Amino acid sequence: MTELPAYGLGYDDEAPRVPSAWPQAVSREWAWGGSAGEGVAVCLVDSGVRGDHPLVGGVDRAVTVTLDDDGEPHVRDDETGDVSGHGTACAGIVRAIAPAARITSVRVLEADLSGGGTQLLAGLGWALEQGYEVVNLSLSTTRRAVAQTLHELADTAYFARTLLVACANNRLVDSYPWKFSSVVSVASHAGTDPMEYFYNPDPPVEFLARGVDVDVAWPSGGTMRATGNSFAAPHIAAICALILAKHPELTPFQVKGVLFETASNVVRETP
Amino acid sequence: MSPASSGQIALLQSVVDVARAIFGAQAASILLHEHGAAELTFAAVSGEGSSTLVGRRIPLTTGVAGWVFATRQPLAIEDVSSDPRFAGDVASSTGYVPKGIMAAPLLNEDRALGVISVLDRPRRVEFSLIEMDLLGAFARLAAQALELAATARAASGPVARLQESLDALEGPRRAAATRLVEALGDVLEEL
Repeated sequence: MTELPAYGLGYDDEAPRVPSAWPQAVSREWAWGGSAGEGVAVCLVDSGVRGDHPLVGGVDRAVTVTLDDDGEPHVRDDETGDVSGHGTACAGIVRAIAPAARITSVRVLEADLSGGGTQLLAGLGWALEQGYEVVNLSLSTTRRAVAQTLHELADTAYFARTLLVACANNRLVDSYPWKFSSVVSVASHAGTDPMEYFYNPDPPVEFLARGVDVDVAWPSGGTMRATGNSFAAPHIAAICALILAKHPELTPFQVKGVLFETASNVVRETP
Repeated sequence: MSPASSGQIALLQSVVDVARAIFGAQAASILLHEHGAAELTFAAVSGEGSSTLVGRRIPLTTGVAGWVFATRQPLAIEDVSSDPRFAGDVASSTGYVPKGIMAAPLLNEDRALGVISVLDRPRRVEFSLIEMDLLGAFARLAAQALELAATARAASGPVARLQESLDALEGPRRAAATRLVEALGDVLEEL
């Protein structure tokens, strides 16, 4: 097996070929051909989303999590938009791939970009209660105390048919939720095709999507060329939205299987 | 975390000096976060800004470092000069406006300690992911240096206080206290 760099699949690297023993191929045409993500909600748990950015094209609903004087979290509608631009960058990627999907935003960072595990847990919990089909988490936490509850939420999502898509951190970093098996964890490949993705047979990163030199929506209204696993995750989140729009009956386990079957490096070996 | 000690600063300076050299960058810096603060503080800078930036505080909302700190995710921006707001941390102090910034969080087990940034490295698309891994390794090195220095400082606290107390004693009391400490040392060695 070819060893992958910890952060992703490099420019000159060839993704390892993974044989499939399944008797019938799941084609990309079957999986998401003709789909634009109609009827599927993709929720971005992030820094907020600027709905009026031309690459985002509107937000279905935006909320934020605030803490009261006792430190208790409360979810309320949010008109702040995006406090950093990170969430807007991710939303633009989702919109480009799944133009008909409903984009919702849960802002878990304060205006000063501080934000603790309490907001993250409350925001994710709220997103699960809404029954959104896909939740993108282009952030992570290193706090073990938060990780335990995060793990429970990830498992709840998995069985409640909400697909959590989380960007990977460096392999040497113990951060969450991307290391949980109930989420779809995504790192970057160095290619330029937004619809190209690879299955990684060497977990905890399960899939590799475009994350290098992505022209992302920028707070100033234009775009910026950016690199990071933060931008690989929303590519997969959007592709999952395409799949679920066409096949709403699929569970997170099955969507992972479809991603595997349609990955660019998975090859069917005929006997 | 608490303000960095001089030993920690020396370690961090070594890290940014090596990072700058390895990446062939115009500058490299480490910003640290004090628990509960809405700011990051330049703790070590190599190259552009090294003489003016150390000690300067910037709001978390300023630039790429804030993004990286808040999301705990490494990030590279290739034409940040087109949005000077995002280069404001360095540009406001030195007049030097970087074009490209790559940054990674310094993470320990429980929280983010700060951010390491590399400014204007030669652009080689084919090395982007390797560079991100490499910067992650530098971030890990810096975080571990901070942890080790903090541990050493904490461990040296009681010993230093004991030495100060011994030094303050005179005559027979000092001799007796010294014998006591030596006996304690013998007991600990036998454990």
